Amino acid sequence: MSYWEFLAEYLPKLASGALMTIGVMICATLLAAAISILFGLMRLSRNWAFQGPATVYIEFFRGTSLLVQLYWIYYVLPLMGLTLTPFVSGVLALGLNFGAYGAEIVRGGIQSVPRGQWEAARALNLSVSQQMRSIIIPQTFPIVLPPVANLTVELLKATALVALISAVDLMFVAKQINATTWLSAQTFGTALLIYYVMARIALIPFLRWLEVLAARKVGKA
Amino acid sequence: MMEWRWDFTFEILPRMLWATGNTLLAAGVGYLIAVVVGLVLMLGQRTPSRIINVLVREAVEFIRSTPLLVQLFFVFFVAPQFGIKLSAWNSAMLTIGLHFGTYLSEVYRGALEGVPKGQWEACRALNFSTAYTYRRVVLPQAFPIALPGMGNYLVGIFKETPLLATIGVAELMHTANALGAETYRYLEPYTMVGFIFLIISLPTAMGLRRLEAAVSRAQGNTHL
Amino acid sequence: MDTIHPQKIAQGGPLVRFADVTKSYGDLTVLDRLNLDIEQNEMVSIIGPSGSGKTTVLRVLMTLETINDGVIYVDGEPLTHMPKGTGLEFASEKYLRDRRSKIGMVFQQFNLFPHMTALQNCVEAPMKVLGLSRDQAEDRALDLLKLVGMEEKKDHHPSRLSGGQQQRVAIARALAMRPKVMLLDEVTSALDPEVIGEVLNVIRSLNSEHSLTMIMVTHQMGFAREISDRVCFFYEGKIAEQGTPDQLFDDPQNERTKQFLHAVLDAN
Ligand SMILES: Nc1ncnc2c1ncn2[C@@H]1O[C@H](COP(=O)(O)OP(=O)(O)OP(=O)(O)O)[C@@H](O)[C@H]1O
Ligand SMILES: [Mg+2]
Repeated sequence: MSYWEFLAEYLPKLASGALMTIGVMICATLLAAAISILFGLMRLSRNWAFQGPATVYIEFFRGTSLLVQLYWIYYVLPLMGLTLTPFVSGVLALGLNFGAYGAEIVRGGIQSVPRGQWEAARALNLSVSQQMRSIIIPQTFPIVLPPVANLTVELLKATALVALISAVDLMFVAKQINATTWLSAQTFGTALLIYYVMARIALIPFLRWLEVLAARKVGKA
Repeated sequence: MMEWRWDFTFEILPRMLWATGNTLLAAGVGYLIAVVVGLVLMLGQRTPSRIINVLVREAVEFIRSTPLLVQLFFVFFVAPQFGIKLSAWNSAMLTIGLHFGTYLSEVYRGALEGVPKGQWEACRALNFSTAYTYRRVVLPQAFPIALPGMGNYLVGIFKETPLLATIGVAELMHTANALGAETYRYLEPYTMVGFIFLIISLPTAMGLRRLEAAVSRAQGNTHL
Repeated sequence: MDTIHPQKIAQGGPLVRFADVTKSYGDLTVLDRLNLDIEQNEMVSIIGPSGSGKTTVLRVLMTLETINDGVIYVDGEPLTHMPKGTGLEFASEKYLRDRRSKIGMVFQQFNLFPHMTALQNCVEAPMKVLGLSRDQAEDRALDLLKLVGMEEKKDHHPSRLSGGQQQRVAIARALAMRPKVMLLDEVTSALDPEVIGEVLNVIRSLNSEHSLTMIMVTHQMGFAREISDRVCFFYEGKIAEQGTPDQLFDDPQNERTKQFLHAVLDAN
């Protein structure tokens, strides 16, 4: 079987797997973003009731493995009466895991805004939430976006793990095809290429564009 | 609702601890390979030949932007297709070394670029050779810059080792899977894996932070 | 570029000669067919507006930048070029390493090595480049640290020194190589006003007691006037006017010089 024949036969299946990958990725990114902002701000709070839980959450999810978290959610939670589909388990594990890393980026970004900016904002008699919204947050974007871009690419790569709890994503389809054809080089090689295209041709340019946009907003471009 | 069983926990503990040893071994050996591969990949982007630099750069980008899990399967299944016998362990070490080598090459590159340009210029003004400039001035300053990144990837590799279970390396996750299949109890094995990871990676991360501070102090950069 | 034919510099000629030196970055010509001779033991100050190419003159002489055209001679020998057949070609790194030790430079931002003490900063190059023994190099470094008033802080790392102290160590480090020419690029610009004096005093003593050949870029007109044998006014990559300090400051001929001096002296 030539590579072209292989593609003609299996590319549609791989493409449908890739669609699932994109779905998991988008849902998990949204969840992770919400968690990052919430827990990043909590982590900065001087109130222990906020800071304590945020610290425990972040250290716990960064200290253990994504795969362990995924298995735990998919295999152990049902024993406690909570059964989730592979898709939901995958999104939940990815969102919780990457949210913990994202929260640290948010915290670092806010902390990197010079003290003088807070003081100037306070001198203008802005309320704390006004200081945050109109002075501090906009300045964090150019600082935060490059690490966020790296994290998002990592998240795309990590979606492959959902295949291990039988969500039918690109990796899962590739494993299936490999098991029936044993054309491993073609199968996994093509899967790698598709992941590469998704990351380099779609995701990264999009994230760079966001960075340029943010830099222009704060007058640093 | 399933109850936690302590007697079962202690029964499987020896096997879990033995598997922990394998996990640590995999992480350690994988890391050493990655440290060396990273160096090669970094130097490969600084050769006099532009073609080589571009090719290495593209290879690094490719490996960095595709999933470790897929690469693991690729190496493990494709090698036999070309008549190469690679055990699960060897495939795993090769893949981890390559994958994280690309990250470490970026750490090295960033560290070299983090040494101020003025340091290079001062060395030229003092007429140091390039090799001497690297050895005595640039590398000692680049090392503390590289250290946090190098430490992160040590912990990072450790946390990716559960993936090796998928090709049959007998590390922690693999053992937990096997115990689950034998006893139909998943609560204790998977939870224990989580805790073992936590007790190893949290102190390691803290220790690395201490080490960074100490190195940076020893280098005299009290303000860095 | 084609090979250039060397103009033989007569014995006893200038220590440094810029012959039609051109340096450009893309479309921007920063040095425009510059001609400049520096005599043995001369103290030359370079003044001029920002962007006129003052720093660039020093950087090309230190061989931190390559030039696009012309030749620079040091001690009668081409610095930027090496002999090839009857002409010259651009120097290789090896050739440059042979020549570079004749020139020393002090930077605006000091550029001390942060992981070495003051003494180590001064010992390193004499040992490794000039091949001195550790004892010889340390003797020399200690003498120089004493000269700049830093012998008591010899075991401090740069991060524990003030800007003025760092700059004095940087001067000692450059002197330890026994250069024939010292280049000083706005060595007091990054310093707090109260420590500028200590660095200027060091330069003063180098000039009066050690009659070192120096080229100094500065914005401190008073100091330039007091210490220089000659002042060059740079404008758009050329020397628009040069002369003794009295000539240039009291009786400038060029319109640009007059404007510049007005602006600077008014500002003070
Ligand atoms: N690496 C570079 N790339 C492009 N342009 C440069 C570079 N270095 C210097 N220039 C330009 O060359 C010109 C001369 O620079 P130079 O640093 O010699 O000026 P200067 O006279 O020392 O000015 P200042 O008083 O501000 O230090 C400037 O217009 C500068 O922008
Ligand atoms: Mg300048």
